[in-house]
Amino acid sequence: MTAAKTLYDKIWNAHLTDEAEDGTCLIYIDRHLVHEVTSPQAFEGLRMAGRTVRAPDKTIAVPDHNVPTTLDRVNGIDNVESRIQVEALDKNAKDFGIHYYPVSDVRQGIVHIVGPEQGWTLPGMTVVCGDSHTATHGAFGALAHGIGTSEVEHVLATQTLIQKKSKNMKVEITGKLRPGVTAKDITLTVIGKTGTAGGTGYVIEYCGEAIRNLSMEGRMTVCNMAIEGGARAGLIAPDETTYAYVKGRPHAPKGADWDKAMAWWETLFSDEDAHWDKVLTIAGEDIAPVVTWGTSPEDVLPITGTVPFPEDFAGGKVDAVRRSLDYMGLVPGTPLSQIAIDTVFIGSCTNGRIEDLRAAAEILKGKKIKDGLRAMVVPGSGLVRAQAEEEGLAEIFLDAGFEWRLAGCSMCLAMNPDQLSPGERCAATSNRNFEGRQGRGGRTHLLSPAMAAAAALTGHLTDVRDLN
Amino acid sequence: MEKFTSLTGIAAPMPMINIDTDMIIPKQFLKTIKRSGLGVNLFDEMRYDDDRNEIAEFVLNKPAYRNAEILVAGDNFGCGSSREHAPWALLDFGIRVVVATSFADIFYNNCFKNGILPIVLPQEDVDKLMDDAQRGSNAVVTVDLESQTITGPDGGCIAFEVDAFRKHCLLNGLDDIGLSLEKSAQIDAFEVAAAQARPWV
Ligand code: SF4
Repeated sequence: MTAAKTLYDKIWNAHLTDEAEDGTCLIYIDRHLVHEVTSPQAFEGLRMAGRTVRAPDKTIAVPDHNVPTTLDRVNGIDNVESRIQVEALDKNAKDFGIHYYPVSDVRQGIVHIVGPEQGWTLPGMTVVCGDSHTATHGAFGALAHGIGTSEVEHVLATQTLIQKKSKNMKVEITGKLRPGVTAKDITLTVIGKTGTAGGTGYVIEYCGEAIRNLSMEGRMTVCNMAIEGGARAGLIAPDETTYAYVKGRPHAPKGADWDKAMAWWETLFSDEDAHWDKVLTIAGEDIAPVVTWGTSPEDVLPITGTVPFPEDFAGGKVDAVRRSLDYMGLVPGTPLSQIAIDTVFIGSCTNGRIEDLRAAAEILKGKKIKDGLRAMVVPGSGLVRAQAEEEGLAEIFLDAGFEWRLAGCSMCLAMNPDQLSPGERCAATSNRNFEGRQGRGGRTHLLSPAMAAAAALTGHLTDVRDLN
Repeated sequence: MEKFTSLTGIAAPMPMINIDTDMIIPKQFLKTIKRSGLGVNLFDEMRYDDDRNEIAEFVLNKPAYRNAEILVAGDNFGCGSSREHAPWALLDFGIRVVVATSFADIFYNNCFKNGILPIVLPQEDVDKLMDDAQRGSNAVVTVDLESQTITGPDGGCIAFEVDAFRKHCLLNGLDDIGLSLEKSAQIDAFEVAAAQARPWV
């Protein structure tokens, strides 16, 4: 047995609170993020059992899934059920004394954007949330994953989680990305290779030159979609980029604490000869701007490709592809760049950060979107929105013909009024293209913010490289 | 949580891969603040047309499968979101067992917290059960957790694996939180040590 450890091993060991003989472990949770949709039943459970929140100081709540993103939301939420959920969170946060960013707070936004922005997410931490895209926080070298509502209640009551250790998987992206290729293209390409179940049972560590060269925003985009590859979590070892992002954030350590934290953070990497149960290596140069054509995030192709034939696949995928092409209204053999779209959605915890808005605005600057197209930008948080306004990005979007919304999940999952109608086709920077995800009968193509902006200009899926 | 020991019931075939949580329970039904009452919206978009009429061909709408308690499905069942509304909807409909070649991680966990037994089997065994499940009201299968076996309508027996701790909790209907709270002393000790080692957390 070698003593060499992966980053995941190291974080796991530092949080191991109890281990039973059969390998069932209690892991201590450093940060628990909470939103309005998956928490009401958990708080209700606590009340019924007469339990309290063990560590309210490590628990942070923000409403995001249900909230309207139109300016009139200050007047209240029209939809009764949504309003009840948000009000329940208001009350639960108050009753149990946890940190809270209400709808009216400029810091409100998508939980996975607010956590890092406020400095709640730090290297080496364990972070959980009743939401599968908690994987996002892995970008900081934190062990972060989604949990169900029963587990939310468990963490509230005990500040621990019952876990079995996952296996280690390394995804290395070597070399440099070509122009026009972004973090979103990396993460979609990886899922295209592993399939949506390829990461099941694993924690993925992303590494390699192309990953190192990404900003924190880009790294969050990559880790965000680890879950679409089936992995429990995705993470990236912290480095100078990470420390620079974290430093000075409201809840980041300061003074002597900062030095002490840095001393530990600098030990957070996978040892040279650590054991990997699975390895995937992709050359950065080989990654192209990609889009999805089907109803699973693994249905990925370079924008230069054509809609595939069901017969090109094997096993259960043949039927699945037939079903998804039918749902998507696509004919095999059609060039992807000829697919006309009705709507563009830029936002979500995958691509709703400032860098994403900059990338889209860069393409849109001084131009107009295709006539008749519906296009919206939904910043990931109130602070992202404010910064984009300060940088003049909001103006570029508005001049181009985009709607400029308030922060929330919005059309990523369409729980609020931002939805597709049946048959409506959307180029979206979010993370799921499942049937009905953006509204019943709605058709989703996942892509990067730059590619979404390109599609908005032409009215069809477009190779962003052709615009330059 | 309700115990799970043994069940003899109708198995419904869903020979599709990647049945995701949005299919199992679409997001418009996540607005509830309760756990119950979701069964009527299980597989909502496959089950009802735009006018809310039942779609006759959908398996759980067929007379033989309306009372199914077991689902047999393809790879990667439950992929997608962490919503526990998915197992709540299955449970509320009456499903206590899901058999597939693989499950998404969070969904798999969520099942055990709700007294649902997810069973992973190799493709050939799933194919066999899928055949059995195609027999309509004759698709009666017995799942026994204690002996970890599934017995088909022809008496054929398939063994399955399940984690010992989870099996113990299911058989006895144990509440995880109660069990973990018994470890308060360890959690206290961890917190004291962690406050020293990582005071910034
Ligand atoms: S933006 Fe989308 S994926 Fe992210 S937390 Fe919200 S609903 Fe989930």
